[in-house]
Amino acid sequence: MLQVSNLSVARGGISLLHDVSFSVQPGQALVLRGANGIGKTSLLRCIAGLQQPISGTISGSETVAYAAHADGLKGQLSVLENLKFWSEVYGGPDPKSALAAYDLQELAQRSAANLSAGQKRRLGLARMLVTGCGLWVMDEPTVSLDAQNVALFRIVLQAHLQSGGAAVLTTHIDLDLSGENLDLTGYIATAQRSSSTFEEALE
Amino acid sequence: MIQLFMRDIGLAVRSGGGFGLALIFFLIVVVLIPFALGPDQSALALVAPGVLWLGALLACLLSLDRIFGLDYEDGSLDLLASSPLPLESVYLAKAAAHWFTTGLPLALAAPLLGVLLNLRFDAGMALCFSLLLGTPALSLIGAFGATLTLGIKRGGLLLSLLVLPLYVPTLIFGAQAVRSASLGQPFDVPLVLILAISLGAAAILPFASGAALRINLR
Repeated sequence: MLQVSNLSVARGGISLLHDVSFSVQPGQALVLRGANGIGKTSLLRCIAGLQQPISGTISGSETVAYAAHADGLKGQLSVLENLKFWSEVYGGPDPKSALAAYDLQELAQRSAANLSAGQKRRLGLARMLVTGCGLWVMDEPTVSLDAQNVALFRIVLQAHLQSGGAAVLTTHIDLDLSGENLDLTGYIATAQRSSSTFEEALE
Repeated sequence: MIQLFMRDIGLAVRSGGGFGLALIFFLIVVVLIPFALGPDQSALALVAPGVLWLGALLACLLSLDRIFGLDYEDGSLDLLASSPLPLESVYLAKAAAHWFTTGLPLALAAPLLGVLLNLRFDAGMALCFSLLLGTPALSLIGAFGATLTLGIKRGGLLLSLLVLPLYVPTLIFGAQAVRSASLGQPFDVPLVLILAISLGAAAILPFASGAALRINLR
């Protein structure tokens, strides 16, 4: 479903990761681990197509849904309207079931500006369901969720995997998912100004 | 693309600053001109075409940095960039929403404000037409400028400096159309030229803006 080979990643001209290779099969979740600043987010942005890798290839058969640190919610719109917008952009399923999955039905008409941090995060995660994409790429999805909602997220993610989906995510919580962990510590590039940055900027 | 256009219009209406702000700014500028130039009606009629076009142009400038700035700050631009929607369509939808919430109301209100500056009725109609054809170019060029200054702190001023020189051809032909109409001369040539600028901008700038967005989101 996703094949990453010999990938090298940089951020702001500094090489972060070197020669990373992995593959993710349907039904599997790959959890990326590593210290702060090691390049987890940059790697995920490469997979999501927001950033060009220095070298290496990313190939996949599925459209990718990306969830960043910021949830990208519009405070002036209601919870339901926020989901509806993304559902229409992706041509995905009806937002009602996504609301139910994250226990947001009662908040459906509330404007997103009046949600708590945890509720906003749940809405951001519900967005992944309405994209209808097979591969979820998630950057720290469990931040600002309490234990109960982490369990909820785990149930949704497990259901997604069981229906043939896959996920690549970074998290510090052990979610006990089917799949594997990838510790990025072994792939740290020597911290130096990347010579490819100039070529990268020209592209 | 239509969804994004509708969402941006909805956001502009609900946050208040969209429809109203540019229009009120335009009104104030036009009302201030007689105070500055004095009550001489023939002098006002002489400067009216230029002043009205300049006022509309500056009013358009006000909300340019919000076109992409808000989405960039709350992270939804990243999410849009990773969605199946091409960035060129994102640019077109956002520029169209900007025109609908600023350019279109300005064009419709301008003939009424022209009365304040002693503009003849037929010249008022020429003003309306020239703004209808010219404000799309203002929105398209402005949104292109907004993609270039994305992520720069206090990029609003830089955006104005970048965009204003690019507005010059539209301003020249726009004001010329109104001036010709107020003298009772034909004004179809400047109108066609304004339309050409708008169509040219719509054809070329989506690609330039898509590339600028891709570099700035990296």
